[in-house]
Amino acid sequence: MLNEKKNKLFLRIFIGLVFLVMATAQYLIFLWVPEEKTLGVVQKIFYFHVGAAWVAFFAFFIVFVFSILYLATQERRWDRVSAASAEIGTVFTTIVLVTGPIWAKSSWNTWWTWEPRLTTSLILWFIYLAYILIRISAGDVERKAKLAAVFGIIGFLDVPVVFYAVNWWSVSHPMLFGQGKMNLASDMLLTLQVTVAAFTLLYFYLLEKGIAVFRMQDEVNKIKDRLREITD
Amino acid sequence: MKYLFWAYTLTWALIFAYTLVLGSREKKLLREVNFLKQAVNDNDFNNFQEY
Repeated sequence: MLNEKKNKLFLRIFIGLVFLVMATAQYLIFLWVPEEKTLGVVQKIFYFHVGAAWVAFFAFFIVFVFSILYLATQERRWDRVSAASAEIGTVFTTIVLVTGPIWAKSSWNTWWTWEPRLTTSLILWFIYLAYILIRISAGDVERKAKLAAVFGIIGFLDVPVVFYAVNWWSVSHPMLFGQGKMNLASDMLLTLQVTVAAFTLLYFYLLEKGIAVFRMQDEVNKIKDRLREITD
Repeated sequence: MKYLFWAYTLTWALIFAYTLVLGSREKKLLREVNFLKQAVNDNDFNNFQEY
């Protein structure tokens, strides 16, 4: 009971922190950081485009790690982390794929080009969409979890390809990292760092909620199985 | 400015939509848990399969 109270208090403090950092990020993006000289105000899309991409990559990394853990130990709790993280990663990849073309339209006058960064990002989105489809399809829970874990491990291989696509191939996509350092003015870098921190905190909040939902689903399935045994 | 507006709006719309989906799943599961608990307490196992 005391632990439950402590957890609720911790969650409330954490939600407050998420709001605070997120509000700071919005302030920095819209009121503090200067507009980029050539692109103008539309360059501000960059902050949540990159922030979302970071969360997506991080979420898929968590899927990768916890999928390995699940396959090694067969413990359901690791699978729940992977399942929740994959959903969040897919949502944030969707944000990347939505904000990217909007930015592209304003800067390059085209919604989409089949250049490597964009194409590999789209492939990444399809991989984790398939991962979610495996999860929600009918069938044995354990079998689906194992298949999803294998998918989560293999799917993660696309993440470094997306990240390094601008270095490996000659592309029109802006290059954030060059020669081991960031190509960004200090005020823009600070704004980006705060936005990334805000999105990362939001990720952990959503992860906690997602894990709770999957845990509850497991409990429901367990009770149903037991009731079926009784009635059969 | 309209590009920034749409990018910003869609970003938050997606995040809110996902939060709402999580919330509704949680509510549905809570209802299910309560129904199952009630079924166990009442020893009424005939109707639980409707879930």
